[in-house]
Amino acid sequence: MTLSPAARIALRAVMALGLAVIYVPLLVVLVNSVNADRAFGWPPSGVTGRWWSRALDNEGARTAVLSSLKAGLGATAIALLLGTMAAFAVARYRFFGREAVSLAVVLPIALPGIVTGIALSNAFQVVLKPLGIGLGLFTVIVGHATFCVVTIFNNVLARLRRTGTRLEEASADLGADPFRTFWHVTLPGLRSALLAGGLLSFALSFDEIIVTTFTAGPGARTLPIWIFDNLFRPNQAPVVNVVAAALIVLSVVPVYLAQRLSSGGRSML
Amino acid sequence: MTAVAGRPAPGLRRRAAALLHRRPLLRLSLLLSAPLAWLVVAYLGALGAIFLTAFWTTDTFTGEIVREFTAVNFQTLWDEPVYRTIALRSLGVAVAVTAIDMAIGLPMAFYMAKVARPRHRPMLVSAILAPLWAAYLVKAYAWRVMLAEGGPVDQALEPFGLSGPGYGLTATVLVLSYLWLPYMILPVYAGLERLPGALLDASGDLGARPLRTFRTVVLPLVYPSLVAGSIFTFSLSLGDYITVKIVGGRSQLIGNVVYDNVGAANNLPFAAAVATVPVVVMLGYLAAARRTGALREL
Repeated sequence: MTLSPAARIALRAVMALGLAVIYVPLLVVLVNSVNADRAFGWPPSGVTGRWWSRALDNEGARTAVLSSLKAGLGATAIALLLGTMAAFAVARYRFFGREAVSLAVVLPIALPGIVTGIALSNAFQVVLKPLGIGLGLFTVIVGHATFCVVTIFNNVLARLRRTGTRLEEASADLGADPFRTFWHVTLPGLRSALLAGGLLSFALSFDEIIVTTFTAGPGARTLPIWIFDNLFRPNQAPVVNVVAAALIVLSVVPVYLAQRLSSGGRSML
Repeated sequence: MTAVAGRPAPGLRRRAAALLHRRPLLRLSLLLSAPLAWLVVAYLGALGAIFLTAFWTTDTFTGEIVREFTAVNFQTLWDEPVYRTIALRSLGVAVAVTAIDMAIGLPMAFYMAKVARPRHRPMLVSAILAPLWAAYLVKAYAWRVMLAEGGPVDQALEPFGLSGPGYGLTATVLVLSYLWLPYMILPVYAGLERLPGALLDASGDLGARPLRTFRTVVLPLVYPSLVAGSIFTFSLSLGDYITVKIVGGRSQLIGNVVYDNVGAANNLPFAAAVATVPVVVMLGYLAAARRTGALREL
């Protein structure tokens, strides 16, 4: 498109400014994690590794990371199963209420987290408590899986629509039964979509705090809950800072993976 | 496909395969069973139950829930000016955040999709996508640091004789816009990328200036994507109570009222009644968005 040089420059400036605003706060956290000044005076008075070693020894932070990993993996496993099944149904069949299935999958993430949170927490109290299952890691996983399904659903659905059914028909013509076709033809074709969706699902779960607040019992503290609990305690500030900085640094890993997976692909969800 | 098959297949698997092959309806029901049981029966059931709870009350003396049907919670919600103010404030925040993200996100997405060199595009997308992987709390916390009294924002503005907004409602809008910006940019970028460049050239060849091309060609075509992005920014802002706690000072939004009534006040029925406000707003929003085709852009 032919834009005037002025318009080009203006757009470029907005882009540059936008990116700067996105990254400066994250940089500030990174710098503060090695800020020698205890009260995080700005600009920093010097560099120290003291906070990092203190954070590594922090028992609470370590268990919280472990809980978050378990919750993320559990929720993603469930979401992979449910999301793929729903995507197949919607992509390959015509039936009454097909649109409604898509809506039901999107709903848990479209509704405010606090609504999902109190609804699930209430349901758990009513249904699971009589069975002797209290709020804990299990309920967190169930809650997270509910809103993670959409990530897998969307990725798999997009892939199924793009690839069509020709390969599967060919496989059937060559004598493979549905199971064999699924295992050797359909699944390999879905691999990168499942990985991309799973990655996003894990990230969503790892990051989630609102639904978690309502579905986690006192025993299950995920990392976001731990951070939030310690956010307003001045003497924990350096450790919180290091945990935040570490999460920023670690977020490079999924970004890199997502980039490799989605080369040529689409879709944030 | 009869007894000629070379290998003796395990009988059960064979029969199951044949059955599945013959009956598409059975395949479909099996595929739908678990997702529907989870999302429709369990999740929608839970939503329905909490909505029902909104019509119950809590005995102020014993703290027990009284299961008698009454609309008193909604009555309180409507009559008490405090709650009306908070509801309107939350709506205002959600609208402001959505407007800010559209205003910033659209030019950025346009630059990424149509102005930047094609080989730079994946890099720009990653640059926008990357912060989404950094935890939500970490970003809100980063802004708490930034906006602290005498913090980086104050210091940056000092030479101009200005100071940062401090913690409060302005800071809340600012931080929420920051948090949800990528959710706006990415669908809009995807929509713009699909928009054929030839259309823009044609519009230019026919004599339209860029601004006019933007208004009459780009905007209508990218509108569903904008709406899709706004579903995220709007919904995420409407339910948020964490960011307000971190940078909002003493401001309260709907989410805080719900949270406080579940926890400190131990009044689940009232919390449920308050929570129906964002749900009704969002359902209306989704219904309106559906008509623009935005749900397919998510």
